[in-house]
Amino acid sequence: MAFINLKDRVIQAKIVYYGPGRCGKTTNLEFIYSKCREQINSEMVTVKTQGDRTLFFDFFPFDIGKIAGYDVKIQLYTVPGQVKYNSTRRLVLKGVDGVVFVADSEAERRSKNISSLMNLQENLALYNKNIFEMPLVIQYNKRDLKKQGIEVLDVETMERDLNVELKAPSFEASALDGDNVVATLKRIISLTMSSLEKELENGDW
Amino acid sequence: MSLILGRQHLDKIQDTLQKNLIGLGVQNTMLIDMAGNVIVTVDNGVKKRDMYSLAALAAANFGAMCSMAKIVGEDEFSLLFHKGQKENIYFSRVNDEFLLINIFNNDVTLGFLRLKMAQVIEELSSVLD
Ligand SMILES: Nc1nc2c(ncn2[C@@H]2O[C@H](COP(=O)(O)OP(=O)(O)O)[C@@H](O)[C@H]2O)c(=O)[nH]1
Ligand SMILES: [Mg+2]
Repeated sequence: MAFINLKDRVIQAKIVYYGPGRCGKTTNLEFIYSKCREQINSEMVTVKTQGDRTLFFDFFPFDIGKIAGYDVKIQLYTVPGQVKYNSTRRLVLKGVDGVVFVADSEAERRSKNISSLMNLQENLALYNKNIFEMPLVIQYNKRDLKKQGIEVLDVETMERDLNVELKAPSFEASALDGDNVVATLKRIISLTMSSLEKELENGDW
Repeated sequence: MSLILGRQHLDKIQDTLQKNLIGLGVQNTMLIDMAGNVIVTVDNGVKKRDMYSLAALAAANFGAMCSMAKIVGEDEFSLLFHKGQKENIYFSRVNDEFLLINIFNNDVTLGFLRLKMAQVIEELSSVLD
């Protein structure tokens, strides 16, 4: 649920990186955090386990500047991907305005991607949100693994597995190298903002 | 669905927090929503804190607390208080959508703050509903 402050002319919106455990959600945020320092006036918050796995979420607010006279602040979050953390994953999704679904290109993670996407759909439904109406971008991450001789799924297969019905914009990316990380972010921000604009025009409030 | 608040409402919230809480000696007081958005924040000008990070963590913490309450068979825990050596944090639920966070040191007693809170919550609810 975005918050629009008419007095100070500030908009806050929440974008969540979702996906199976170890698909690269945290790495996406780390890359953005290191490359866009001047737009981030906060430390990156991470709630993680000893073994560096996301336990609850990673977070920082990202200032994207003015849109239509409003200062727009995007709250970026990741969820914990591991299956057992579903209750915390749900908490992070509360009030979400846009989702990046990060899929792992490694061949052996194929079924994990599919079940994580179904889990996203279920968890959104708990908040009465329809995945088909949610601003959504899919990222096929870890494309660089191919160079290391690790078997990766081809993009057509991943599209067929994940995106036939959703028809969401998608990017091939490497969060580790930073390829298409910013492009993914820009796209979800623009989808989220136009969905907010539409809502305002329709006077849903 | 977005939450939209105009000047009048925001000023009213700010006044309530300033008068009742900063006036009482609280250092930072912040109204957030359960998604972690910062609605209004007021401080006594002494110490700047990273309120956006605090809001994200507080919303998550509160959500986790509610889930724990359910598991043990409670509707909610009524006192959400973290005590430090010098600084303390106290959370109060305003209604289903909003949470109030207060940071204060040992010059303010928790009892006094809790007494004040009933009135603050009433005033906030009348603006937010
Ligand atoms: N080769 C490769 N490894 C990646 C990429 N993105 C993330 N990783 C690695 O995958 C592991 C899990 O990443 P992490 O961001 O913690 O995953 P999360 O569980 O989704 O947050 C780490 O060892 C990362 O370095 C990528 O694009 N390419
Ligand atoms: Mg992670």
